[in-house]
Amino acid sequence: MKDKKSARVVVVTSGKGGVGKTTSTAALGAALAHLGEKVVVIDFDVGLRNLDLVMGAERRVVFDLINVIHGVAKLPQALIRDKRLENLHLLPASQTRDKDALSEEGVAKVIAELRSKFDWIICDSPAGIERGATLAMRYADTAIIVTNPEVSSVRDSDRIIGLLDSKTEKAERGEYVDKHLLVTRYHPWRAARGEMLAIDDVLEILSVPLLGIIPESEEVLRASNVGSPVTLNSPVSPPARAYFEAARRLKGETIPMHVPSESRGIFNKLFGRKAA
Amino acid sequence: MSDLIIQRQSLKFRARTYTAFVFTPRAPIADWLMDLDATLERSKSFFTGHAVALDLSAVRLSPNGIAHLVASLEERNIRVLGIEGVEPIEAAGLPPILRGGRGTQDPDLPEPEPAPATEGAPRGREQPASLLIEEPVRSGQSVAFVEGDVTVLGSVGSGAEIIAGGSIHIYGTLRGQAMAGVTGNRRARIFCHRFEAELLAIGSYYKTADEIDDSVRSGPIQAWLDGNTLKISAMN
Repeated sequence: MKDKKSARVVVVTSGKGGVGKTTSTAALGAALAHLGEKVVVIDFDVGLRNLDLVMGAERRVVFDLINVIHGVAKLPQALIRDKRLENLHLLPASQTRDKDALSEEGVAKVIAELRSKFDWIICDSPAGIERGATLAMRYADTAIIVTNPEVSSVRDSDRIIGLLDSKTEKAERGEYVDKHLLVTRYHPWRAARGEMLAIDDVLEILSVPLLGIIPESEEVLRASNVGSPVTLNSPVSPPARAYFEAARRLKGETIPMHVPSESRGIFNKLFGRKAA
Repeated sequence: MSDLIIQRQSLKFRARTYTAFVFTPRAPIADWLMDLDATLERSKSFFTGHAVALDLSAVRLSPNGIAHLVASLEERNIRVLGIEGVEPIEAAGLPPILRGGRGTQDPDLPEPEPAPATEGAPRGREQPASLLIEEPVRSGQSVAFVEGDVTVLGSVGSGAEIIAGGSIHIYGTLRGQAMAGVTGNRRARIFCHRFEAELLAIGSYYKTADEIDDSVRSGPIQAWLDGNTLKISAMN
């Protein structure tokens, strides 16, 4: 089943909702495609799909993941090619069904078929630890754990890491799912004032290597609203740069990590210190 | 108990011994339930998810009374695994009758009945009674090892629990719950390199984070039983 030119299956997961899984899936998918990789992003949030909106493809959805699983449509019919990047594809979720419509065999079949066609398969997990989330991570080689620097998000991420180590196919074979931590919605000045968990504390609690730190930015919201991944919509903005670096680290490049700091001066002048 | 192995075609049944919390209600049951509520008030989910057996030898209850008691416990999220100390009752829907229960006061656990039908299963006696965990224990995970000590090289996350018949050693940060000596070993201790725990228990004595002095937080500690008091001290 596994041929030599097989894709890397990545799950973007978090446990907690609203931390930036879908935004990060779209941004990283677009960044990897921009770097020349052939990418498909899959929305596993059956019933509450969002990835189509963030990708700006909501008016082109005909068939979805559930249709493919149930044999109503063939995989190529359901894949939506991005208008901006021709090697970026979306497999949308169904909005009218719920997670019970996902079957383990069905997901396995879809992933296996995509593996031979793409370099990267990025699965956007729904929040929670139920069926949708466990099936999104089921066949992952690599996991990106999206965490906000606050205690509830970090504890939920810890829970998800436990599931990645027990409920995935790799874990059941006795192998490890390669795990990376992506800290999103990082406020440099709040961190400097001790109002949120420091990156070091998050890393100490979760003990998973850091893939990137995405600063909180209006650019992210603006990009979502116009239906474009931030890495395409404003590629030189601080969050897009951070996503591009994360994408290159994911590819195996070594890029020094820097903690975003408030460089515009006003906060540094006010509080007289930089983010740790 | 060795004759409990029933073979029917290829289906095999084995007898096995487990460890459970035992409740021994006393009359009047209403007062006993109030005492239980007072305990639960301090830690609502303490018994949730754990096996609980009901020893009714100290009270005389009708089948209806037993059903009512079991329902009252279920209302408190305590599910009764089985009942002992009563004559066989023919009321439907009640947990099964348990026999052959043994106290676990001595630090040496009663050995699980060796199951003669299992081939190549290691005999408990030949194994050192300790469990080593090299990975972090994540939120939501539960490690239970009633046979002896548990050593964790990583951290124990918030919302994770370690349950040991013997002592617990944690070389990372303890943010979750640690319950040592759960089978009655009063000499069991808890050691951790950095203490941020939600709950500590030794035997049937426990302290929640609220009841623990802040001065021992964030440092190395050990916890032990001094009489009926759970003591925690910094280790430097």
